[in-house]
Amino acid sequence: MMSDPMIPRQYRISRVRRETADTFTLELTPVQDEGTFSFAPGQFNMLYVFGVGEIPISISGDPANPRTVVHTTRVVGTVTRAMGTLKRGDVLGVRGPFGSHWPVEEAEGNDVVIVAGGIGLAPLRPALFYILSRREKYGRVVLLYGARTPEDILYRRELGRWRAQFDLDVYVTVDRATGGWRGNVGVVTTLIPRAPFDPLNTVAMVCGPEVMMRFTALELRKRGVGADNIFLSMERNMKCAVGFCGHCQFGPTFVCKDGPVFPYRRVKDLLAIWEL
Amino acid sequence: METLERILAEHPFFAGLDARHIQLIVGCATNVRFDAGQFIFREGEEANEFYVIRHGKVALEIFVPGRGPVTIQTLGEGEILGWSWLIPPYHWHFNARAIELTRAIALDGKCLRAKCEDDHDLGYELLKRFAHIVEQRLQATRLQLLDVYGVHS
Repeated sequence: MMSDPMIPRQYRISRVRRETADTFTLELTPVQDEGTFSFAPGQFNMLYVFGVGEIPISISGDPANPRTVVHTTRVVGTVTRAMGTLKRGDVLGVRGPFGSHWPVEEAEGNDVVIVAGGIGLAPLRPALFYILSRREKYGRVVLLYGARTPEDILYRRELGRWRAQFDLDVYVTVDRATGGWRGNVGVVTTLIPRAPFDPLNTVAMVCGPEVMMRFTALELRKRGVGADNIFLSMERNMKCAVGFCGHCQFGPTFVCKDGPVFPYRRVKDLLAIWEL
Repeated sequence: METLERILAEHPFFAGLDARHIQLIVGCATNVRFDAGQFIFREGEEANEFYVIRHGKVALEIFVPGRGPVTIQTLGEGEILGWSWLIPPYHWHFNARAIELTRAIALDGKCLRAKCEDDHDLGYELLKRFAHIVEQRLQATRLQLLDVYGVHS
């Protein structure tokens, strides 16, 4: 996409969408017409709020739409707080795409179970778009999504649409019920034992807080999914995004370059080491 | 027609039990249904049953003054509802309410306790299975307590 991966390109915000009280989605288009932006599901960009700082954010748009770059972000720190104040027409710096991707092609011919927790649904959304656009190539496709409360559920309209499709099983649960919520209550791992997929022929893609991913992987293993067929998206302190600076070192790997998507077998022992 | 014996024998919770034990359990089983909104049991009442949910969804609730009923967990098809029938003083600690039309098999706890006293092999098999459920729910509760999706500084 670019000759020097350290130089950001300018992108203009074409749309801002408030998803929940603390998350928002930005749609970006290049300031200068530089052709298309292609990425693989699971990859991330470095977004630069000029004068504030740069952070890694997963790409959450449709890989089949190369004209618009989409990012869903949660306000958690200085840069995301500043990003949350931007409006349509404002300009951001973008470097990317970087990193490894979900094994959407390798999963063809298998059942696919996607387990997302909280904002972790955003990096999995492109994988869902990809799989649904080639639906006939997969077996059962199951989305298990856990959120903190009903008010924290991301992409509500899309979830409703996906649930209405007959070729995708969508299960949503919340850790804490509020208001008139009539859906599931309990952590997302409790959905795994009875979810409709064949564990011996399943590829699982998991994204969420690290603790949630650890327990999800254990539950998937208990159900019979192979360690080589479970993939996690790791998050570390990514700075350069190309494996130079070492900020995101995770044992023998760099999350920015070797990840963020890893096979569970490769990281399962590292997940238990507190110092990493 | 599906018999209670076959339904229970094929349920994962009872997997591996020999036919003699299944027959003893079936002797304590009945088919039940609950309409949406109907209470299955209430906090403080005597706990003399447990349920194998065949269809529907049940909310475990606790009443919090000032907040009303708070759902702490939901259970659905294939899951087991209730273990207080097994542990003295045999009282429910939560309310259970059907969120939607729910069909289940109710197992009479008093009847089962008596059979377990007479046949300790049956008692041990049931205790192992309930210990597994209690462990799973404890792990899930610990994760819930961590509030993993919250913002932590």
